[in-house]
Amino acid sequence: MINFAALGNDLYTGKRSIDFVGRYKRWYLLSGVFVLLAALGLVFQGLNLSLEFSGGSEFRVSKVTIGDTYEQKAKDAVTSVAAASAPEVTTIGSNTVRVQTEKLSDSEIRDVQASLAKAFDTTAGDVSASFVGPSWGASVSQKALQALAVFLALVAAVMAIYFRTWKMAVAGLAALIHDLFITVGIYALAGFEVSPATMIGFLTILGYSLYDTVVVFDKVRENTGEARGNGRMSYAQAANLAVNQTLVRSINTTVVALLPIAAILVIGFLFLGPGTLLDLALALFVGIAVGAYSSIFIATPLLVHMRDREPEMVDLAKKAQRYQARHGGQVLASDVAPIDHGPDDTAPPEAGSLESAGVGASAPSIARGTHKYATSGPRNQPRRPPKSRR
Amino acid sequence: MAINPYNRKPLKVLAALAAVSIGLYALLFAAATWGDAQLKPKLGLDLAGGTQLVLAPRLVGNAKVSSEQLNQARDIIVQRVDANGVAGAEVTTSGGRNIVVSMPGTPPKATEDAIRRSSQMQFRPVLAAAPGTNQPVPTGTSTTGGTATGTPTGSATGTATKPAVPTATGAATTTKAGSALPGAFVRATTAPTAPATGASTTPAPSATTGAATPTAPATGGTATPKDASDLAQITPELTKEFQALDCAKDGVLDGIVDDPAKPLVTCSDTGAEKYILGPVEVRGDQIKDAVAGYQPLSNGQPSNIVEIRLSFNSSGTKAFGNVTKRLVNLEDPRNRFAVTLDSQVLTAPTAQAAILDGQASITGSFTIESARDLANQLKFGALPLSFDLQTRDEISPTLGSEQLRMGLVAGLIGFALVFLYSLGQYRALGLVTVASIVIAALLTYVAIALLGWAQNFRLDMAGVTGLIVAIGVTADSFIVYFERIRDEVREGRPLRAAVDTGWRRARRTILAADGVNFLAAFVLYLLASSNVRGFAFTLGLTTLIDLLVVVLFTHPVVALLSSTKFFGGGHRWSGLDPQRLGAKTNRARYAGRGRVAMPAPASATSDGSAL
Repeated sequence: MINFAALGNDLYTGKRSIDFVGRYKRWYLLSGVFVLLAALGLVFQGLNLSLEFSGGSEFRVSKVTIGDTYEQKAKDAVTSVAAASAPEVTTIGSNTVRVQTEKLSDSEIRDVQASLAKAFDTTAGDVSASFVGPSWGASVSQKALQALAVFLALVAAVMAIYFRTWKMAVAGLAALIHDLFITVGIYALAGFEVSPATMIGFLTILGYSLYDTVVVFDKVRENTGEARGNGRMSYAQAANLAVNQTLVRSINTTVVALLPIAAILVIGFLFLGPGTLLDLALALFVGIAVGAYSSIFIATPLLVHMRDREPEMVDLAKKAQRYQARHGGQVLASDVAPIDHGPDDTAPPEAGSLESAGVGASAPSIARGTHKYATSGPRNQPRRPPKSRR
Repeated sequence: MAINPYNRKPLKVLAALAAVSIGLYALLFAAATWGDAQLKPKLGLDLAGGTQLVLAPRLVGNAKVSSEQLNQARDIIVQRVDANGVAGAEVTTSGGRNIVVSMPGTPPKATEDAIRRSSQMQFRPVLAAAPGTNQPVPTGTSTTGGTATGTPTGSATGTATKPAVPTATGAATTTKAGSALPGAFVRATTAPTAPATGASTTPAPSATTGAATPTAPATGGTATPKDASDLAQITPELTKEFQALDCAKDGVLDGIVDDPAKPLVTCSDTGAEKYILGPVEVRGDQIKDAVAGYQPLSNGQPSNIVEIRLSFNSSGTKAFGNVTKRLVNLEDPRNRFAVTLDSQVLTAPTAQAAILDGQASITGSFTIESARDLANQLKFGALPLSFDLQTRDEISPTLGSEQLRMGLVAGLIGFALVFLYSLGQYRALGLVTVASIVIAALLTYVAIALLGWAQNFRLDMAGVTGLIVAIGVTADSFIVYFERIRDEVREGRPLRAAVDTGWRRARRTILAADGVNFLAAFVLYLLASSNVRGFAFTLGLTTLIDLLVVVLFTHPVVALLSSTKFFGGGHRWSGLDPQRLGAKTNRARYAGRGRVAMPAPASATSDGSAL
């Protein structure tokens, strides 16, 4: 396993720094490609909506004895006629099997009826066919979308208030939409069936994506606040440092979130075959991966882009440049990410001073060694050798 | 044994958490032993199966159901089902005719009925009222009424009024039932424009129309009444129907044809009174909101009378205001305003004042439960049709038990992987993560089981997957926290201080991130329907538990551990080894009491002793 602690150290101190903000073009391009793919998938392939959304055909095989294998029997009977549809098989009462499929044509319905009758050793007369309407109808979607719109407006307001700038809210929402769009697009591209369970998966992604973005932005807020206070780093530098500092967290979180889903994916793939579990797991896997990616590579650069041109931030950048030129003459990673702390660090940590150890608090060049008298005793008094040495 | 003062607060918090958890489990056990709760969480339709109700619309003659009507009915049924808790029912239309409701578990009969009732509420003015069961005497009165009708038909207005008066008094004397209605009703049959009332209130119009109208009712009621309280609407057919109606008989109203534009002969829901009602003046869909509760007394204390408070939308408010304004000035029983539900009169109170603010309250023979059911039905609107229960069957789960079992196995494997990963990343601290996740799982389990009991919350496959994903989100809180502690250790703080400052910073982040999630859950729960609501519920629950565990478990445990030698001393397997974290050891550090310590490069001791 990679020594994340050591990597974490380097990233934290700025010894190693990945320029997330500066190389925005690369990330935007990458995301652009994904979004384009997703759009292509949505336009040309379209979403494969399950019968809960669009309605379908329903067959009832009545007056049969239901064995243990009724599900497989029914599925085989249906897929032998209409290969594309994934039938849902349930039993109703004690002697009726219900099979629901996608909407079938009239001739297909007749064929399925015959084939079901054969599979269950009954006559075609005992297999009734009808059309079922959608259970997740337009009104459910409409209500869900309304709720979503209200939620996004509220969350934007909450983020704007919490971070004290609406730009963070906009960047966060942009990342959110980016995640959802790509996930849905990949779904369309792969041709997986979108069921109500998948919808729930998409909503889970929405929650996760926002959560992740807020965590990263909170560090950005902390660092940039510090930088604006002391003028030693530009907004972009502070934000980039924040992303670097939370990188280990992001990686750990993503891995921890993805591990159980990967387990579901593997088990679902090996033992269960296509079904709700696999569909959901896939949606979540893609969504969480994209969500983690977007908070680092999309949301933060986007935020920096929006804020960098504010007059205050332009001033800050100039100030930071002057400061960095004064201390070391060039912009080093260590300038951006101070390793050592200034005098304030010697303040008692127990005192609980919150702001004592701000990240941008100092630069290496002003860190001085303590006088050796000051390091050893209660007072700066001439040292007296211990008794044993006298 | 003396407790380290540093440990007092964390221990207190942990004790509180233990108390909460034990309390929840005790509640669950108590509810399972004495109540009807189950120890296991309830499973949803796709995992446990349930009951399928096929509802067929009740159609008169060979009328057909339009697809709009069916969809509208479906939407309303969905809302009604949702109001019964977060069960995740599935409602579909079938064959362009029926509605199929699949619910997990076996719904009680009352729920079933509440779902399929049309709940068409209407407000109609009372034209006439009589006791619900027929007595011989009123029948006698009506025959006199009948003869009276005959007389005025051919004669002019002047004569029409005359026979009317004696008949009315005659009726009054003969009826021992004591209600004022037969009188009104006889008068009505005598002279459609109601010369009897006209004598006191509206003499002018009755005089002009008088000559023409008396013939009208006899020929079948083609007269155009000037308002809904107009007695001209009572035709002899209605009279006959009214007289024949016996509310004590079962199913007497089954074949009733309820046309909103025409008068209606019906019974009260208890069968105690029967009525002739005018056309509908305020419709049920003009109700904006309905709330059930106890009627407050004049001192503001709730009484034991159950009422349903209605508020109307703007058109309803206007209509309701107009009607009450008109009714106030009429005599009994025409000043009564009947509230009908599915063509039965719930209550017919007397209008005492014009109600212009669109607020009304209905009292009747309700229990608080039935009032709540009805309020829900009113709020979500009436079904365009009444439905009969066609079949009621058990339905097997769509996903086999296989899926759930595999899902749980996958969850366990995933959890084991998370365990290994966090051990690798955080060494001994990883154990804290795992313990926290276990605590979170225990709390989630009991919460879901309890909510299944109280709210009929059911776990479906999407919910199970959501819970597995929640492992990740829950673990993230700890990761954020641990990373913050490490950051502080990197800054060179001793562990206990690092835990304190790290916590204060991590708490902010965790609160903000969880707050956003909770907001999502809350809004979606309030506004969305069916499945989405179930999801919102799960999300809110896991977010809350995440917060609870990190505040009440993880932080106190880490605080306690930080005062042990293993962690506080920064053992290399503790995950907080300052050297491994690259803490700045070559610098001086304040060591208290005016001393500054220079940690020796080889060890992490920092007592700064010069001796």
